[in-house]
Amino acid sequence: MASTGSHETYYVPDQTKLPFFASIGLFLTVFGLGNVLNDIQASESTAVATWMSLFGFTLLSFILFQWFSTVIRENHAGLNSDQLKRSYVWGMAWFIFSEVMFFAAFFGALYYVRNFSVPWIGGLGDKGITGEILWPEFEAVWPVINNPDSQIFTSPHEALNVHEWSVSFFASFLPFWNTVILLTSSVTVHFAHTALKAGNRKGLISWLSLTVALGVLFLVLQAMEYIEAYDHYGLTLDSGIYGSTFFLLTGFHGFHVTLGTFMLVVMLTRALKGHFKPDDHFGFEAASWYWHFVDVVWVGLFIFVYLL
Amino acid sequence: MSASHDDHHHGPAKGLTRWLYTTNHKDIGSLYLWFSFAMFLLGGTFAMVIRAELFQPGLQLVEPNFFNQMTTMHGLVMVFGAVMPAFVGLANWLIPMMIGAPDMALPRMNNWSFWILPFAFAMLSSTLFMDAGAPNFGWTFYAPLSTTYAPSTVTFFIFAIHIMGASSIMGSINIIATVLNMRAPGMTLMKMPLFVWTWLITAYLLIAVMPVLAGVVTMMLFDIHFGTSFFNAAGGGDPVLFQHVFWFFGHPEVYIMILPAFGIVSAIIPTFARKRLFGYDSMVYATASIAFLSFIVWAHHMFTVGMPIAGELFFMYATMLIAVPTGVKVFNWVATMFRGSMTFETPMLFAIAFVVLFTMGGFTGLMLAITPADFQYHDTYFVVAHFHYVLVPGAIFSIMAATYYWLPKWTGHMYDERLGKLHFWLSFIGVNVLFFPQHFLGLAGMPRRIPDYALQFADFNWISSIGGFLFGASQLILLVVVIKCVKGGKKATPQVWEGAQGLEWTLDSPAPYHTFATPPDPKLIHAQ
Repeated sequence: MASTGSHETYYVPDQTKLPFFASIGLFLTVFGLGNVLNDIQASESTAVATWMSLFGFTLLSFILFQWFSTVIRENHAGLNSDQLKRSYVWGMAWFIFSEVMFFAAFFGALYYVRNFSVPWIGGLGDKGITGEILWPEFEAVWPVINNPDSQIFTSPHEALNVHEWSVSFFASFLPFWNTVILLTSSVTVHFAHTALKAGNRKGLISWLSLTVALGVLFLVLQAMEYIEAYDHYGLTLDSGIYGSTFFLLTGFHGFHVTLGTFMLVVMLTRALKGHFKPDDHFGFEAASWYWHFVDVVWVGLFIFVYLL
Repeated sequence: MSASHDDHHHGPAKGLTRWLYTTNHKDIGSLYLWFSFAMFLLGGTFAMVIRAELFQPGLQLVEPNFFNQMTTMHGLVMVFGAVMPAFVGLANWLIPMMIGAPDMALPRMNNWSFWILPFAFAMLSSTLFMDAGAPNFGWTFYAPLSTTYAPSTVTFFIFAIHIMGASSIMGSINIIATVLNMRAPGMTLMKMPLFVWTWLITAYLLIAVMPVLAGVVTMMLFDIHFGTSFFNAAGGGDPVLFQHVFWFFGHPEVYIMILPAFGIVSAIIPTFARKRLFGYDSMVYATASIAFLSFIVWAHHMFTVGMPIAGELFFMYATMLIAVPTGVKVFNWVATMFRGSMTFETPMLFAIAFVVLFTMGGFTGLMLAITPADFQYHDTYFVVAHFHYVLVPGAIFSIMAATYYWLPKWTGHMYDERLGKLHFWLSFIGVNVLFFPQHFLGLAGMPRRIPDYALQFADFNWISSIGGFLFGASQLILLVVVIKCVKGGKKATPQVWEGAQGLEWTLDSPAPYHTFATPPDPKLIHAQ
């Protein structure tokens, strides 16, 4: 091969059917889902649309499975040069940055409603006059328990945030325990990584299993909290801006934890199958980066949604 | 390794599947460019409907609601379907050749980021045939027009935006990975062509703001279907929140559509002035400054919405600051041409027209940045004239300049220079007749997005529509030029243009299917 010096040949894959069929799968998923939502709104049957969406999602999942398998196979076949591996590293890093910005939109919205729109509707500050005219009796407090117009948006009975700074309160406060769980899981996934680098497969498998277990425990507690919110607090998606921000932020985070747990389960399966080498395991590293990312987002959530 | 080595040198696959399954950056670049041209014609057709309706006062051709669908779809298709994919197409074709890389860093994902786009636009366009009609709330889709009062098709609009965003993010990740990881030995960052630099920064902007756009349409989706109240004050939210989040995406988006244009013009002007670019380093720093400033000026789109005075002042001054790096660029181009041995082939004509007319759009932008003056101009045709000056003889002229400039490298043939010049002059005259009178209409108080208007606006609208039809029809010449050039014509040399600099000109014309499978000789890499 005529390459010069340290420059290995970059592996450019041959043409592939994967992305085109993944596009079809993605399209059917969202087009079906759009029809489901519109059918519900128009009180029509959602059967066709549901099947379309499910079929699309199955196709998409199947293709993605094939896609990732291909990438793993190529790496095992020794096709990936160090330079190619760096492309995957950059790719994952910038993907996580895009996810950070996705959450930034929702954190920004939370900041805006807490510091501007709610006070203004409550008659405070620069633009308070609008609130005085529209809903003179609305009082600006966060969390918003009494909505400006509770005819349209039924108010929740009670908020789910920290309202008492005592040991006994935190001891029975699920989000506090969820913080402990997620922070611990970040440490355990790091230990799994250390074990992998030391060539200790047993350690890798046990620490990774523990991480997965903690992820699942987090999701279970989160589900319990949602049930509590709906059943006892009257706090729902449609109970005004507090519920909106609460469920969108924690919901998308929970969705990302689900995805992160799924990634870790895949990595665990691969570890059990004997994949990964002490010096070649970016799939694992990517999943653990993702896991640290959902952890950091949770810390932000705990501070801005629950504590402050 | 040697087994895979053979894969690198075979030619393209035959038939349709070449285009469906390709992982080749040149094929994918062509797909993007053809798709973009198709969307340009589709969005242009919507614009023709708008100009035809506005030809005279009164309601002649279309219902007001359909008129609103046309303005909305025109904006969406042009921004997300024509301009952005054209730049991504150019990036695909050019960046690997410019930095001496064998392909894009992640070739399969490259295919995916293209192929989800036609599906997204098929979904968006299909709303035109649904009972509820296409989205009619303007391309800026302000709540509550796009939530409480939206047609049911808004759901498909939201998902289409999600897919377009995914496409842009994947495309940008690929470009960043390519530029940071795939440069040939000797190609240091400060030796990269400016087109590569501007795209690197653009890709960063895209990854930073497309997720925010996804966030804002997601909040809309939840407001519409799941009863949240982000944009509804009755539940404690705020429609103005929509505008803040939207424009936090929207303003960087404006630069996403112009920074690669700066890179193109910075390549073309030195070639035809036969001089090196006046100040390469300052161009890089100016691009980075513009990108930074783009994040802290968004609320200048919302001066009249009712912001605290401190906010109005901050966003006014921050916006005016952008004139500094932009001025650096304009002076750079002018100084490059100064005392150059200039010739005026079609790419150069488009590039010079870009400098002059984009600068005009920049100046009207400065006028709009002045908060008290903006209270007068806001939502008038003055704004329409402003952003069409930066987007049509700005972004789109740069894409045309790039097409003419690199077409011989892509096809191996010289294009028809006489037809190219004809296309330029008709476009140049058409675009000015079309948009210049709109400044006067706006200053006289004609609001944007209306199907009918008061009689005193009749003359300028008539002139503007004539310019619009001329500009629209002239674009078919471009189609003819490109098809002729693909099919045949005078053989192009590898160098193509006497004064052209850069690695892509060291390759044959047409460029082989796979280029730089081994890195180029570092001696070929020069400072810009």
